[in-house]
Amino acid sequence: MAEVLRFRDDAVPDEPAVSLDAFLDQTNAASVRIEAGDDVRRLAPVLDRVRLVEIDFPRFRDGRGFSSARILREMGYTGEIKATGDVLVDLVWFMRRCGFDSFAPNVPFNDEDVQAALTRYPYVYQDAADGAVPIWRLRHPELQNG
Amino acid sequence: MYKYDQYDHAMVRARVEDFRDQTRRRIEGKLTDDQFKPLRLKNGLYLQLHAYMLRVAIPYGTLNSTQMRKLAHIARKYDRGYGHFTTRQNIQYHWIKLEEAPDILAELAEVEMHAIQTSGESIRNISADQYAGAAHDEIMDPRPWAEMIRQMTTFMPEFSYLPRKFKIAVIASPADRAALRWHDFAIRIVRNEAGEIGFECYAGGGMGRTPFIAYKIRDFLPTGQILSYLQAVLRVWNRHARRDNIHKQRMKILVHELGEDEFRRQVEEEFQHFLTLGQDFPQAEYDRIAAYFAPPPFETGLPEEIDRSDPDFALWVDRQVARHKAPGYAIVNISLKPTGQIPGDISAEQMELVADLAERYSFDELRVTHAQNLVLPHVRKQDLYAVWTALNEAGLGEANLDLVTDIIACPGLDYCSLANARSIPIAQELSRRFADKDRQADIGELKLKISGCINACGHHHAGNIGILGVDRKGKENYQLLLGGSGDENTTQAKITGPGFDEEGIVDAVERAIERYREIREPGERFIDTYRRVGMEAFKEAIYG
Repeated sequence: MAEVLRFRDDAVPDEPAVSLDAFLDQTNAASVRIEAGDDVRRLAPVLDRVRLVEIDFPRFRDGRGFSSARILREMGYTGEIKATGDVLVDLVWFMRRCGFDSFAPNVPFNDEDVQAALTRYPYVYQDAADGAVPIWRLRHPELQNG
Repeated sequence: MYKYDQYDHAMVRARVEDFRDQTRRRIEGKLTDDQFKPLRLKNGLYLQLHAYMLRVAIPYGTLNSTQMRKLAHIARKYDRGYGHFTTRQNIQYHWIKLEEAPDILAELAEVEMHAIQTSGESIRNISADQYAGAAHDEIMDPRPWAEMIRQMTTFMPEFSYLPRKFKIAVIASPADRAALRWHDFAIRIVRNEAGEIGFECYAGGGMGRTPFIAYKIRDFLPTGQILSYLQAVLRVWNRHARRDNIHKQRMKILVHELGEDEFRRQVEEEFQHFLTLGQDFPQAEYDRIAAYFAPPPFETGLPEEIDRSDPDFALWVDRQVARHKAPGYAIVNISLKPTGQIPGDISAEQMELVADLAERYSFDELRVTHAQNLVLPHVRKQDLYAVWTALNEAGLGEANLDLVTDIIACPGLDYCSLANARSIPIAQELSRRFADKDRQADIGELKLKISGCINACGHHHAGNIGILGVDRKGKENYQLLLGGSGDENTTQAKITGPGFDEEGIVDAVERAIERYREIREPGERFIDTYRRVGMEAFKEAIYG
């Protein structure tokens, strides 16, 4: 069992995650596992019973999971999104921006590296799923309420 | 041109420190080369045959004299005294030491430059018309949009690991000087019937082993929706591209497999979704950026006449100087293709000379072209002779723009670990073979492009004459292609037949060109004759 880095205060869901198909079949399941090729939009009708979504990265070069996480947040999902598999610490900042809030990488992260990765960039250029204020908004305070 | 503010500076400096840390972990052995590879590739650092290569971004091919002098300094201090301009309007250095790469990036950051996303599976440097802001046929300067897209696409979190690289071009003229339809995504800025500015969008182009010409996927996109639209395109591709075969992961393959209509439908659906998120940049941000690209203070009442009494100068003017939109001004093309030299290479001293000329004669502006040449965009016609004299003394006075010796070539097997064959010696030999000025002039416009492998960095698919180096049973072999083009009538070149060895390919090119001279009709360029008569007439001459 890989070590988990978690950015949430609520209770850790303890139910093992099931596949997307199984989740849609079992009306009492609360944790779902999304493989790289799965369409997370299929969760839309049952989103209110999801407590944990595990998104797997079979290889770090496979970036489909970034879209899956962001789409879930765009759908209004507020539960936990955990990145599992081949997850690089250098991508953690981007993952946080896409809505991931826990990490269970194959090779556990070093705390210092996580800290460095999350604090290195002082700004963001564009909106994502994290609510960070993009640079263009900082440049135009007059638009803050408009 | 654009100037960084505190935010842009902070982001580029952060990237320098990020990369310094990644490099340190590699040198200390905390990262294996496999782990380091994707990190360095996101920042333009390749491991080639003899050394590391660093590719520096030159956004939309625009730079000033301070930046050019810094590039010269880097060439001298960290490389072997020269640099190589590329087909994405960037510069690359081929003899870099890993431990010095972070220092180079720190030096670049001082002059508002970087190597962010110049390689790897990322959104690459945005290319644009090299005549932007000077072209007589543009409806506006496309660079403010290119700069805005640069910022939108810098560190885009959702697209941190795209299936492959993604290349964007922006132009604003009916004439295409940027090979628009060979890009993954391209924009031509247009005006609609109501007089509004918008974007004509193309998607799914690309060279490589499976070339495709981009489809037009939208006639008119309101400019203020570009981020939503671009995210829609990227998301459709990121989610649905193949991930099992690196050679089939470019967006062109997905567009082709889905068909342009289905791809367009999926993009439109995702686009409508993105519009609801309200993440597009506001007009005020466009206005802020556009203010930096206000036209320079052109003088009025300048003379139009050029003293052509020096015949060498007159020849250069006819070849290298293009029409400018402001009266009394001209666009100067600087050839980086002197006879027998390496296309796109330039010495530190030449960079400094060009920087001086830009400062003195061109409102401190320079451009890099995708054909691996340079441009002084705003030169008074009365200064042309002085500019030519200085260029000539520095070995930069060649008059061969768009002629057969204005060759595009990739670095090939002399440097590149992916190459199957050398490109540079073929380019050099062709350059010598056609060095005769009268013969070149008589042949006229002929775009010759050479790639040392199937990845097509030398754009052979878009060459009127293309050459592709391959490995044939352990020997370098060169295939000949005809009929490609990267202009507004984009076409893909076709292979003539069996390949040639190093000597044979140069002779074959010569036979094709001589056939053109025999059969052309008055006023026809090589590509026109090819399109009229087809491949057979040329094959006969090439293979006898």
